[in-house]
Amino acid sequence: MLDTTYNVETPEGIDLRARAAGPVPRILAFAVDLFYRTLVLTGLGIVLAFADTAGMGIWLVCSFLLEWFYPVFFEVLRGGQTPGKKAFGLMVVNDNLTPISWGASIVRNLLRFADFLPFAYATGIIAMTLGRYFQRLGDLAAGTLVVYRETDKAPIALPDSAPLPPPRNLKQPDQQALVSLLERHNDLSEARQQELANLLEPITQKRDGAALDYLRSVGSWLLGGRG
Amino acid sequence: MRQRDFENRYRDSWTQLETWLKGDGKDAKAAALDLPAAYRDLCQQLAMAKERQYTGRLIDHLNQLVMAAHHRVYRQQTLRRKGWLHYLLAGFPQAVRANGRTVALASALFLLPALVMGIGTYNNDALIYAVMSPGDVLSLESMYDPGNRVLGRERGSDTDLRMFGFYIKNNIGIAFRTFAGGILFGLGSIFFLVFNGVYLGAVFGHITRVGFVSTFYPFVIGHGAFELTAIVLAGAAGLLLGRSLVDPGQHRRSVALRLASVEAMKIMYGTFLMLVIAAFLEAFWSSSAATPISIKLGVGALLWVLVFAYFVLAGRREVSSAS
Repeated sequence: MLDTTYNVETPEGIDLRARAAGPVPRILAFAVDLFYRTLVLTGLGIVLAFADTAGMGIWLVCSFLLEWFYPVFFEVLRGGQTPGKKAFGLMVVNDNLTPISWGASIVRNLLRFADFLPFAYATGIIAMTLGRYFQRLGDLAAGTLVVYRETDKAPIALPDSAPLPPPRNLKQPDQQALVSLLERHNDLSEARQQELANLLEPITQKRDGAALDYLRSVGSWLLGGRG
Repeated sequence: MRQRDFENRYRDSWTQLETWLKGDGKDAKAAALDLPAAYRDLCQQLAMAKERQYTGRLIDHLNQLVMAAHHRVYRQQTLRRKGWLHYLLAGFPQAVRANGRTVALASALFLLPALVMGIGTYNNDALIYAVMSPGDVLSLESMYDPGNRVLGRERGSDTDLRMFGFYIKNNIGIAFRTFAGGILFGLGSIFFLVFNGVYLGAVFGHITRVGFVSTFYPFVIGHGAFELTAIVLAGAAGLLLGRSLVDPGQHRRSVALRLASVEAMKIMYGTFLMLVIAAFLEAFWSSSAATPISIKLGVGALLWVLVFAYFVLAGRREVSSAS
């Protein structure tokens, strides 16, 4: 239930992964969009006030377009992100993780009204919490999904350490543990890494800095470095 | 192969693909890239990295790259100019005919309550107050009172524009809601169809009873051809969604809903267009007091005939030649 990872297998036999976004960031994103929309409408209202009754007509048309098609415009032409979604790192995609098409975007936004019923998006929120991937009714009908846009981490820059051959009988999981220690050297504090290295004292017979250096060297060897 | 050798071997092709994706293919140097081929290679490299259990970071990075390339390869282009023209000439009426029974059901849900209320308010002068407050009834009567020289309020061309905006926002909003309510097992569409039927039926019956026929009917007949038909069609599209949930047939409910929404949208695009036409007519044609009543009735009747002929006849030849 807590696993929100969404997997799709492409025709190429590759599993694509994405994380479905829950109600809270989506509601916040909606609030941001609502703010922008209100801002635009207020601005238009002030400008069009000079055109009196005719301006009123244009304003009504604009408010109609903003109400129903503001999300459609951004979702299709701006990579699945309205300004609000962009602010929270969300994006709308088809459920095969391809960019959302016009038809799907229009469906999910027309059905917004049903999600709104009876008040304050109650139906939509209930639908979101019942489904595994937080799809509101509009998403279900359009076959769309709101996912987090993953920020790409920079390709690995590993610390320089002279490779050393590993001890015998190092099993696959142990090897992976060593490599991931090396890989996370920027995310963990030096002290914490030394603490982890100390856990292996019975095997390495080393402590603190020396132990960490040794483990890094072994990890570097495992990744393919040669002295 | 160790991970480091693997990275060294393919790093150049990854950066090339990355710059191509970022530059949207405009970069002259990267333009030489063969995207499908690069994408296939990348997929294979990701599979290899997973198989050999390289580090999570490398796999994540490749996964990101695959995802971005996947987006580019499978970007859907659904809006074609030819598609639109074909849709207007054939696709829209074909979709309506293909769902004839649902459209008939939606019409019945709209017309029967309208008929009942129309006859009711025509014969009983108190029944109108069941759907409208006395104040609304008064303003309704004054709007269509033949004693007024102009329809509604004093109208100039800028008022026409204001009313156009109002009709766009209000009427198209009603049609969209009638459609969207359909996903609640059809109940929303049924509600809005019956509600609008009751309301409009009451207005028709009451105005006829009061005797403002000479102003009311010339006003509504023209845009009514588009507006009333469009609301019924929006309701029918909503009922399609509802039916897929109540009776999904041989599919799972989610799949049935998806298929139904594709079918429903074939009707909704046209409905939207009809409502824009209706708003134009209602704001700039129906309201003009200068045009003689007989012409307005004649044109209105002609529009009804045209709309029906469109749905009955348009796009038929194509189907018969295809089958």
